[in-house]
Amino acid sequence: MSTAVSQIDEVKTTPWSGGRSPFNVEYGKLMMWFFLLSDAFTFSSLLISYGSLRFAANGVWPAADKVFQSVPGLLESGAPLVFVGLMTFILIMSSVTMVLAVEAGHRNDKKQVTYWMIATVIGGLMFLGCQALEWHHLYSEGFWWGSTPAVDELGKFFREGGTEAVRHMTAQEFANLFFTITGFHGFHVFTGVIINIIITINVLLGTYEKRGSYLMVEKVGLYWHFVDLVWVFVFTFFYLV
Amino acid sequence: MSAESQEVHHEEGEHETMTRGRIWKVFFILLGITCVEFFIALIIVPKHPDLLVYANPVYIVLTLFKAFYIVAYFMHLKFEKLGLSLSIIVPILFIIGLILVLTNESHHWISLRK
Repeated sequence: MSTAVSQIDEVKTTPWSGGRSPFNVEYGKLMMWFFLLSDAFTFSSLLISYGSLRFAANGVWPAADKVFQSVPGLLESGAPLVFVGLMTFILIMSSVTMVLAVEAGHRNDKKQVTYWMIATVIGGLMFLGCQALEWHHLYSEGFWWGSTPAVDELGKFFREGGTEAVRHMTAQEFANLFFTITGFHGFHVFTGVIINIIITINVLLGTYEKRGSYLMVEKVGLYWHFVDLVWVFVFTFFYLV
Repeated sequence: MSAESQEVHHEEGEHETMTRGRIWKVFFILLGITCVEFFIALIIVPKHPDLLVYANPVYIVLTLFKAFYIVAYFMHLKFEKLGLSLSIIVPILFIIGLILVLTNESHHWISLRK
């Protein structure tokens, strides 16, 4: 009796014949990637609508360095973009601590994973705090969904041109888009912080140590980096362009 | 046999990854690009307002560079299989279509408002 395996019973090993995972990533991680892809579409449609409304305004649009020039608690005006620079730095920094947590997870170093995860949560909370101050500042100036500062005071937010009526309209569009887009991003940061806290608790409880891999840290890491990625675009289109 | 080859493959896959040195390198690249953006916005443009037209494309290119570094290194996509990278990046190209359609449309809105 021959022990040779017949052709049909042989386990196939080519990438697409079911023998092994063609993408070589675990299911949850692949699905996280596809979720982020769909989220990228949502954010880009929001940002592209912002772009097209701004295009249609034909140059009469609130100038970022005139709207955002306060550092809440320190300066009322005269410091354009300084506060948002701080927010950007905080978010990039928390992305770095996240990727350091993932790296420590590869070495199965529970203590370091915990340390970097806590740092990431703190970074996220700091960012949310800054955003709350930024929102409060704009709100106290009169910007909100469906409202702007008094029409005759709007001039100081614009560089040039436009009648009062046009300025009122584009300032309103700006306010609506600003609160919607940064609000949607802030909501993502908020859920990211909650998820990071849950993962940190699980790391502390030893869930992943028992499981033998810190893959969950990698998956929430993807989400957290995506939040940072979106901020890079929000920052450019609201504060720079 | 199959399990063995998979294991060998797994080791190869993890061979090139993010080290701590590389993480900090990417961080300083991101920080550097952001500083360049601030330099343009706060120093160059206020001095030469006529350069504002050229500043915007520069911001967008720099932003795309930052996006590349975040996705490729922090999100590890550069070290994944080519098939996975393509299945994420190719759908993103559809966004270019929406940009073209809506910027074209918004030019018509200008004439509607006149």
